[in-house]
Amino acid sequence: MTKNLRVKTSKFIDETYKISFKFNGKTYYGFKGDTLASALLANDIHLVGRSFKYHRPRGIMSAGSEEPNAIVQLHNNSSRTEPNVRATEIEIYEGLEATSQNCWPSVNFDIGGINNFLSPILPAGFYYKTFMWPASFWEKYEYFIRKSAGLGKSPTEADPDVYEHKYIHCDVLIIGAGISGIMAAKTSAKNGFKTLLVDEKHYLGGSTIYQNSDHYKINNQVSSSWLEKEINEIKKIENLEIKTRTSVAAFHGYNFLLARENLTDHLPVDQRNNKTRQRLLKIRAKKVITATGSLERPLIFNNNDRPGILLCSAINKYANLFGVACGEKNILFTNNDTAYETAINLFNKGINVEAIIDNREEIDSKLIKDAEKYNIKIYKGYTVVNTSGYKRINKVSIMQLSKDGQKVVGSKTSIACDCLGISGGWTPAVHLFTQSGGKLKFRDEDQVFIPDIYPSDQISIGSCNGDFTLDEILVDLPKTLKKFLNLKITDYENLEVKSSFNKSKRNIWLLPSDKAIGKTKSFVDYQNDATAKDIKLALREGFRSIEHVKRYTTTGMGTDQGKLGNMHALGIISETSNSKMGELGTTTFRPPYTPLTFGTIVGRNVGEYFDVFRKTPIHDWHVQNKAKFENVGQWKRAWYYPKDNESMHDAVQRESKAARDSAGILDASTLGKIDIQGTDASEFLNRVYTNAWSKLAIGKCRYGLMLNEDGMVYDDGVTTRLDENHYIMTTTTGGAATVLGKLEDYLQTEWPELDVYLTSVTDHYATISVCGPNSKKIVSRVIPDLDLSDENFPHMSFKNTKIDKIKCRVMRISFTGEHSYEINIQANYGKSVWEKCMEAGKEFNITPYGTETMHLLRAEKGFIIVGQDTDATVTPIDLQMDWIVSKKKYDFIGKRSLYRSDTIRDDRKQLVGLLTENPDEVLEEGAQIVADINKSPVEMLGHVTSSYYSPNLNKSIALGVVKGGKKMMGQRLIVPMENKKINVIVADPVFLDKENKRLNA
Amino acid sequence: MFVINCPYCGEREQSEFKAGGEAHIVRPKQPTELSDDQWAEYLFMRKNIKGVQFERWVHTHGCRKWFNMVRDTSNDEIKAVYKMGEKPPTK
Repeated sequence: MTKNLRVKTSKFIDETYKISFKFNGKTYYGFKGDTLASALLANDIHLVGRSFKYHRPRGIMSAGSEEPNAIVQLHNNSSRTEPNVRATEIEIYEGLEATSQNCWPSVNFDIGGINNFLSPILPAGFYYKTFMWPASFWEKYEYFIRKSAGLGKSPTEADPDVYEHKYIHCDVLIIGAGISGIMAAKTSAKNGFKTLLVDEKHYLGGSTIYQNSDHYKINNQVSSSWLEKEINEIKKIENLEIKTRTSVAAFHGYNFLLARENLTDHLPVDQRNNKTRQRLLKIRAKKVITATGSLERPLIFNNNDRPGILLCSAINKYANLFGVACGEKNILFTNNDTAYETAINLFNKGINVEAIIDNREEIDSKLIKDAEKYNIKIYKGYTVVNTSGYKRINKVSIMQLSKDGQKVVGSKTSIACDCLGISGGWTPAVHLFTQSGGKLKFRDEDQVFIPDIYPSDQISIGSCNGDFTLDEILVDLPKTLKKFLNLKITDYENLEVKSSFNKSKRNIWLLPSDKAIGKTKSFVDYQNDATAKDIKLALREGFRSIEHVKRYTTTGMGTDQGKLGNMHALGIISETSNSKMGELGTTTFRPPYTPLTFGTIVGRNVGEYFDVFRKTPIHDWHVQNKAKFENVGQWKRAWYYPKDNESMHDAVQRESKAARDSAGILDASTLGKIDIQGTDASEFLNRVYTNAWSKLAIGKCRYGLMLNEDGMVYDDGVTTRLDENHYIMTTTTGGAATVLGKLEDYLQTEWPELDVYLTSVTDHYATISVCGPNSKKIVSRVIPDLDLSDENFPHMSFKNTKIDKIKCRVMRISFTGEHSYEINIQANYGKSVWEKCMEAGKEFNITPYGTETMHLLRAEKGFIIVGQDTDATVTPIDLQMDWIVSKKKYDFIGKRSLYRSDTIRDDRKQLVGLLTENPDEVLEEGAQIVADINKSPVEMLGHVTSSYYSPNLNKSIALGVVKGGKKMMGQRLIVPMENKKINVIVADPVFLDKENKRLNA
Repeated sequence: MFVINCPYCGEREQSEFKAGGEAHIVRPKQPTELSDDQWAEYLFMRKNIKGVQFERWVHTHGCRKWFNMVRDTSNDEIKAVYKMGEKPPTK
């Protein structure tokens, strides 16, 4: 029978709006305004999960995003299941179904719980130490370790939800809408700054808004009432945008921040359709005010992890905000005034507090005196040494602390309870500040890290800056804001503040116990089950850097990133190793602050929108004609055109043969085209290509090779002289953008004196290449007015002409070794000209071919493909292309590097042809080439770069780079494969028509 | 991600730009007259300073102009931007 622990109504909960939800298969009820955690607590459920390593029962610890234990799996349907959701953050909605994680068969009876009893043999580094021997067994171990790793289950289907990205530019961004954030937002916005205020919660006002207590007053009003008026005011300010349910994930340099805005997760499932689930905000703020508040620290003592143990502030929040009692017999354990505040609030709500255990000996504050009035038994100078209750705490054992706080004295007392509140003081939430590159300093008096050096135009205010009491905050804030925003006055001058909170604290990182440390389980990182004992063990084993201790013990490495226990880990390290906290530093705080789903990160860039792709003007024709496509950079290029279920091999053989026997047609529109104009255009080409350009006549084309300054081949292509001062350069498809960039670089930085203008015109023209012995006949039908005779239009020349009144450029150039023409026409006419060519070529069996056939045809001719036959280590000399390197030119890019001691070596890898002894055997591209297979180690001479079966030569052909290959002509080498050795003979890379007779055929 | 003040376009996101290595390395006018060592000095040797560094940047997705930038590599503070051919700031 479950109890109802809902107490006095809270105005934040709408008790008229009942919501049913399922937890571990059972139906419960909560109200609008509840989180899953508060609704479970109202039903007296503390046990929600099992810990990672020991599978210990764990309950709700906190009431916010720092929650380490109460993480659940949500099930909306199989593709929307979500692991590791913090029960303290998810607002309940009609249809919510959640289950516990990391337990089997159930959270109440979990087989893995046996690890808890095996824990003496599962110390820190257990996996590292145990699974090292024998090394060969790792694969077997891994299978089992992987199975037990991880908490929740990731969805198995694609995420059906829609996410989006949004850019926001603002003058002032304020992170956190607690009292400091609200005051900052009002001040900023009222002074004309375009202001954005974000908070991860669905309500504004932080922890002040639900503190209904006479102990905190501003201008003689209870602080929450005062703040409520402020909130109502700021909602009316026009240039202030407020975003709730928005969690800042990352704070990068230059005030660039990423935040996740949750839009639908709180809605009933049936109201979410067609709505964007989450938005990733990319915020660029001129100024940032961080007001992220602080996180309450737990206390580290033996068995401090049982369900029913919560932070004092969480108990306070559940009572005040949600109207829920976390237990009926409450005990609070503290080292500061927070517990008294909680106790008084609980009393006012009619919730009993049995006792307060305070590790301070001498205490005196208004809060404490008031608490005493309620007849709460206060144990001063005591500590909890143990707790009991497996699935819910039922008892605490306490003992007196010695004067120095290092050990316990006297006899043990036990007190029964069903809930234990713990408070170890407060830790400023400096996560975002440090992510931005900020440097922290350690404040010794209350043992906290606070912001010190700001890397950008930003400040931290309120408790994230170490100002913990209301009076501190309100007195400092006006001054700080005036200075930061350069203002003369704020609305908050001379506020009258009453705060009963006394800052005294007795900080003991690891509380002593009557048991030896080896016999205790004092959890520092709850989620990852790292105990104080583990940290001490790591230090004994020689780890010193906190980053190493973190990784060895996994402290702070869970989904909560150790928001609660990291400071204690540091404290224990510092005490054990006798180093100062300030010098020890902290581990790195990395984004995101709370986990983000991948959907939010990628936004709309999914599926076909993952990356842009470029289509040629003739693309639709290729699709209609069932081409298979290949990605070349961002281009979709027709790869081959299978006919009647042809295999790729058969299609390519057919296409290759047709192109040489009669006619082939290729869409070459993707080739890069750069329009070059200016009086120094010829001189410019002279400097960027290895060969000479000055004497190229107007109307002629020339093949050029471009090097990097290091002498290595960078790009190639044919450039045509259109006019005296006008060229059109073609580049490789993949190199178009980088070649243009490189040319612009030289023009702007090294040779600004040259009068040259570059324009990329790749997308402006469609390029259709018609090749083969019948190409001339076909082109003459498409362009009847053009005189195609060799005298008028020889190989490597160009003509301006027209097809049906549309201007076009025709080049007689060839990448296949066949007689061929390249028609360049305004892009939007590309498809119709292509269709004209197909029509005109019908009787010659004109065959469209794709990139694969193009590669095969050029390989037969020994033409290289930059990037396939070359990498960034191949010179033109290595390619046996000495003929293209001008000896006469004084300089060109890369020239000097061609006679560096390294580039003139004889034994560089050089491009050669390879013929297999068995002509039917086709080599694999990338296969290694060796000479002597028996030598140990086998010396690798090079590798195969291109390999095909040539239907025109009826044999296998290949190109490859081989050390000293030029001098190996006719020699036999070996290509060793997994289960065979293939003998190859080094050959001339030109396999077909060495005399170039076909060009003019 | 920085905001870079392009000398031609004004402030833009870093993603519009590309870095081009150390600035003020002039391509030798007569490479053929250099020894291997001298050429290697030009070709390969670049400083990698923790601190203030002079760099080349290009506004690739903008005006496509190259310019120089003085940046503190330890905290990414951009101290100055100036056009190609202009003298670097002395301070």
